[in-house]
Amino acid sequence: MQLMSDTPPPRLPERDRPWMMRTYAGHSDARRSNELYRSNLAKGQTGLSVAFDLPTQTGYDPDHELARGEVGKVGVSVADLGDMRTLFEQIPLGEMNTSMTINATAAWLLALYIVAAEEQGVAQEQLQGTTQNDILKEYLSRGTYAFPPGPSMRLIADTIAYTVEHVPKWNPINICSYHLQEAGATPVQEIAYAMSNAIAVLDAVSARVEQDRMGAVFGRISFFVNAGVRFIEEHAKVRAMAALWDEIGLERYAVQDERHRRFRYGVQVNSLGLTEAQPENNAYRIALESLAVTLGRNARARALQLPAWNEALGLPRPWDQQWSLRLQQVLAYETDLLDYPDIFEGSKVMEGLVAELLAGAREEMARVQELGGAVDAVDYMKAALVESHRERINRIESGDLVVVGVNRYRETEPSPLTSDADGGILVVDPAVEAERRAALEEWRGTRDQAAVDAALAELARVARDEAENIMPATIAAARAGVSTGEWSQTLREEFGSYRAPTGVGEAASVSGADLAELRDQVESLSETLGRRLKLLVGKPGLDGHSNGAEQIAVRARDVGMDVVYQGIRLTPKEIATSAAQEGVHVVGLSILSGSHAELIPSVIEALGEAGVGDVPVIVGGIIPDADAARLRQAGVAAVYTPKDFDLGQIMRDIVELVTERQRASAGVRA
Amino acid sequence: MSAGADLGERLRSGDLTAAPAVLNLVENRSAPARAQAQELLAALSPAALGHEPDAHVVGLTGPPGVGKSSLLSRLVSDWRARGRTVAVLAVDPSSRRSGGSLLGDRARIEVDPTDRGVYIRSTAVGERLGGLAPATRAAASALAVAFDIVVIETVGVGQSETEVADVADTVVVVVQPGSGDVLQFLKSGIMEIPDVLVVTKADLGRPALRALADLRSALRSLGERETAVMAVSSVSPTSGIAELVDALDAHRGGLDLPNRRLRARRLHALADFAAEHGERGLRALGGRRAAERWLEEQDPGLDVAALERALANRAATTP
Repeated sequence: MQLMSDTPPPRLPERDRPWMMRTYAGHSDARRSNELYRSNLAKGQTGLSVAFDLPTQTGYDPDHELARGEVGKVGVSVADLGDMRTLFEQIPLGEMNTSMTINATAAWLLALYIVAAEEQGVAQEQLQGTTQNDILKEYLSRGTYAFPPGPSMRLIADTIAYTVEHVPKWNPINICSYHLQEAGATPVQEIAYAMSNAIAVLDAVSARVEQDRMGAVFGRISFFVNAGVRFIEEHAKVRAMAALWDEIGLERYAVQDERHRRFRYGVQVNSLGLTEAQPENNAYRIALESLAVTLGRNARARALQLPAWNEALGLPRPWDQQWSLRLQQVLAYETDLLDYPDIFEGSKVMEGLVAELLAGAREEMARVQELGGAVDAVDYMKAALVESHRERINRIESGDLVVVGVNRYRETEPSPLTSDADGGILVVDPAVEAERRAALEEWRGTRDQAAVDAALAELARVARDEAENIMPATIAAARAGVSTGEWSQTLREEFGSYRAPTGVGEAASVSGADLAELRDQVESLSETLGRRLKLLVGKPGLDGHSNGAEQIAVRARDVGMDVVYQGIRLTPKEIATSAAQEGVHVVGLSILSGSHAELIPSVIEALGEAGVGDVPVIVGGIIPDADAARLRQAGVAAVYTPKDFDLGQIMRDIVELVTERQRASAGVRA
Repeated sequence: MSAGADLGERLRSGDLTAAPAVLNLVENRSAPARAQAQELLAALSPAALGHEPDAHVVGLTGPPGVGKSSLLSRLVSDWRARGRTVAVLAVDPSSRRSGGSLLGDRARIEVDPTDRGVYIRSTAVGERLGGLAPATRAAASALAVAFDIVVIETVGVGQSETEVADVADTVVVVVQPGSGDVLQFLKSGIMEIPDVLVVTKADLGRPALRALADLRSALRSLGERETAVMAVSSVSPTSGIAELVDALDAHRGGLDLPNRRLRARRLHALADFAAEHGERGLRALGGRRAAERWLEEQDPGLDVAALERALANRAATTP
């Protein structure tokens, strides 16, 4: 039978090539991570995705005070050229496609990569891959910024201007909508803020390149997108982003070449929705989320990396990551997904969803532009995200938003997956930190110090001269043996330091019967105490994931507490000083980077030194049971993990805790 | 020795580590704590000390978002560089609905946590609209005995700087370029004329210069020549900070300090009285203005607690 002439053939003449498959990986040091990368590639992974540890991401050497407890934890520690060399040993960089999740220090890590490749005999023109390099979402969500907005935007513009000319196959920036969703963004907010952010970046680059190069610049901008479990709407979201991107290219930047305006994006699927309770269910969530960004050919991801089923428990082991990689391979090679043209073309539902998202996103983008663009609107966007996230938590608490295994269907058999001796997670060897300090000391001992000093002086000079591109001096510094911390410190001195808005001050307050009862309890306890119940919420260490801490702070205010919240990246000493000076009744600490075992006891010790050792400490974070028991032994009053989604219960616990302490001390005095 | 008197003794001997306990005490509204707080203030009154407390009490106020905290960070480091110790009392608004508050200022003031010469305390203003937290007056006068500088930072314009003016030796109002409402408030008399007006974000250039010119001409049209008007930039490279510190010193140098402090004590007593006895109490005194006039006739040697008792007596005995 012959097909009707106006019906397109249902199959592609040739099956599509699969997307690039990566796994976000790296831990401890370069040697151990290199082994992991080589074994992942042997399993059929087609690209690399480097996870750096927090000191590397925020520009501190392993021996810096703020690096304590964080070295090698959430990624690999790279302090100098030697580390970069080792990281890619026996991995031919001319053929590899490497994604580096690096932002504040992206220019530096790219420079190390360029020099490491050069030593392998690979010219920078051949390099393929991407640096995340998106600072606005660091202010909004992820927290690994190092410099104020102005100089940060300049570093981004410099890396783009440099790579467009000298590393032409490199994607110098990934505009991240991913972290916005993790911070609570609705699909409309995710689209609007990511696009506004892209506009801010393009405007900054536009001032630093010849205007006839803007088409090429536009073509090098790619995105890093999230995919949540509502996978139909999520697919509509990426289609809407593609449409908007094309429109922005054409209308705002007059990009004529249609290929330059193509929306290119990589994906890591949602982590926010992964649960600690019944963690095996996460395997299904990850599979469904993968469909959101692969189903429709017209808006399919170019690269995909999947989290592991046990991310809410701790760091995944190689086996956990392999399980996620196999999902990608089943989807790409076993199913018929890649046989067809776009399966949603002509779908009324899909068109309707896309139109709805586009309308909402345009409206929100206009608001951001009214505030002066994404850089000036950081405070507004941050507050809007905190607000959306609060809304989401309320819906989980009330049961309006069903999370299987968490607020419904909680009955479960014991899981054989988590009963192993290691608890089903990877634990970084605590000896790594000392090893890294020693390695850096040795590195410093063998390099030509005069060359290092000269390179840093030159870097400082270029930093002061805004007209000059930072990259050549940065590459020269990499070659001279400068360390990650030295490069960053030099720029900190020139650019100044910065604290991002916390977004909590503007968050709307909630209402509800549960709240009224809690307010009464807080009020009555405050009467007994003589002054209002006062809570300090602190984030020790370098972990910038502040969403949880912000939600606790906002809810505590809403039930009537006075809340001191100072934002991220505090030393134990800073937290203790604040607790003492502010006269708080409780200290709440949040850590998601896995460094709780080192940092929490340091805070408790510092509180004692500051003379407020009797103030109870509660802790929230991704904390395995065994660690929680140890923390309680060390004097922590309560430990909360992601399964404790009921903020109201945490508030009741705080009231009870302070009431008990109050009674005990009144008893002593009597 | 009682807790209040003991704390007073520690402050008199210059023990800055007493500050947290002093604040915990003056914020405490329970009856025993209030009695202790009165003892503390009595021990630190000019009559007991034999002189006015030496600190320079600086009120810093302005609309939200104009850069008060960034400015304060720079001021604190300049003061520290001049060897002066600094206490900051940051007053934040409270939620009307829950009574709770998010005390965010601490996050925005950058200081070295190991520096014992700096003390920062955030306080929620409580159930009152604008103005000062009830404990702030007491805290300021107590800490003024031990610290070289006591800063009271409040948010808002029109109400809060009036109350700050009751307590501070020098009132600084901070505005940013383009804030026309402050200009209007000045002209229409909604806000009192500050001792120093600071325009932030001088790095913006022309808009900051324009704001300076507007404020100066508004002050001229009001016949006001004493107020210093200056521009600062709190972001690197900073500018105008040392000049501002000099201007604050100059204002303090030209003050009739005993009179200003005496007035502050009297208004402090009246505020405490009003907090305790409310509108009815003020009516019994013939209204706020009449009460202020009556206070002016009282013995200048009386401390806050004695003045408050005198007000309460008068209210109770007036038919």
